[in-house]
Amino acid sequence: MYDSGKIITGLVIFVALFASPFILNVGGGAPAVPQPSLDTPAIKSMGNPVCVRENMQSNHMQVLDLWRDSVVRDSNHTAPGIDGQLYEMSLSNTCMECHSNKAEFCDRCHTYAAVDPFCWDCHIEPPKEG
Amino acid sequence: MKSDRRHFLKAAGVATIGVAAGATAAEANLLDSAKELLLGPKGAAPYPEAKKNARWAMVVDTRKLTAESMEKMIHACNHAHNIPLHPLRKKGDKYNKDEIKWIWEEEFENAFPGQMNEHLPPKVTQNEVLVLCNQCENPACVRVCPTKATFQRDDGIVIMDFHRCIGCRFCMAACPYGSRSFNFKDPRIASLEINPEFPTRMKGVVEKCNFCAEQLDKGLQPHCVEACENGELVFGDMNDPESEIRKVLRNNYTIRRKPEVGTQPQVYYIV
Repeated sequence: MYDSGKIITGLVIFVALFASPFILNVGGGAPAVPQPSLDTPAIKSMGNPVCVRENMQSNHMQVLDLWRDSVVRDSNHTAPGIDGQLYEMSLSNTCMECHSNKAEFCDRCHTYAAVDPFCWDCHIEPPKEG
Repeated sequence: MKSDRRHFLKAAGVATIGVAAGATAAEANLLDSAKELLLGPKGAAPYPEAKKNARWAMVVDTRKLTAESMEKMIHACNHAHNIPLHPLRKKGDKYNKDEIKWIWEEEFENAFPGQMNEHLPPKVTQNEVLVLCNQCENPACVRVCPTKATFQRDDGIVIMDFHRCIGCRFCMAACPYGSRSFNFKDPRIASLEINPEFPTRMKGVVEKCNFCAEQLDKGLQPHCVEACENGELVFGDMNDPESEIRKVLRNNYTIRRKPEVGTQPQVYYIV
């Protein structure tokens, strides 16, 4: 065997480098999926929070898309909440009235998932609290 | 059973069609039920005051217009829709490519270029008139829009879906009235005070007067009409023969801007 020492040493170093991210992460696990914060004055003041029936955490992209087409193109401005009452479909007015904590409610997950929707280029963000 | 390639392909074809049809039907059902859950039953009337089956139009009484009243109406619109007020490039420049115009003052000869008779009374020719999107019956802008970002609603209003506009500006080329503006700059930086009720636009989209469709859907009058004090503007439903606007049109001679181009403007002027 020629140069077996060098080759084996090289292989060991290569394998160690290649596997280092996996080895370093063993036991650490992935960072926890952030939970949107529901801690706003408006939500706290409601005894029984009323929102849409759909699971918004996983489906809000489809729901918001459906709403925006419904409002803009069909002039249908309201949708039923859990309580059966009709609410205005409006991101900056209705949604953000309760979820006024955009940084903890929207941005936390969007940053985690590295998605950058351009809603707020046009729609007005709620004013910062405090 | 004898099985050959011909039989196999036939069976496979039938099976594929069957599966596809079943899946499409199921998907359509699912989508319909999801839509009903999220949007409510079709045709629910959340704002009972909102008029159904209308054809909206406006009459501008230029005899009553004054500089102050026009200023007031323009301000009401600018504020309600977060219209940016980009400064003019230099003093004395009347027109600015960055300017966003929904409702504005225009000289008579520019507003009605084909109708300049000689020796008209000076109060007609020297005063400025209020112009806005004409909400044409036959809108050229809608016809040329490649993405259907601008479209005509059932009540005749020509409206923008800002989400879909790609900023190609075909509509601006098609509009005979120059009623559309393009956002060369970020509109938010030049808005006076932002009204949270209405979204701003983003750089790269076209915008124009929407006849305050968001107000009409709630049964309210457009902002400019609400701001006028002496009945300079009359707004109403052309489909209703008893409406105020039809009475005004019956009793006054009115003209429209560039009738010769055939777009059937729905903004009428009493001169």
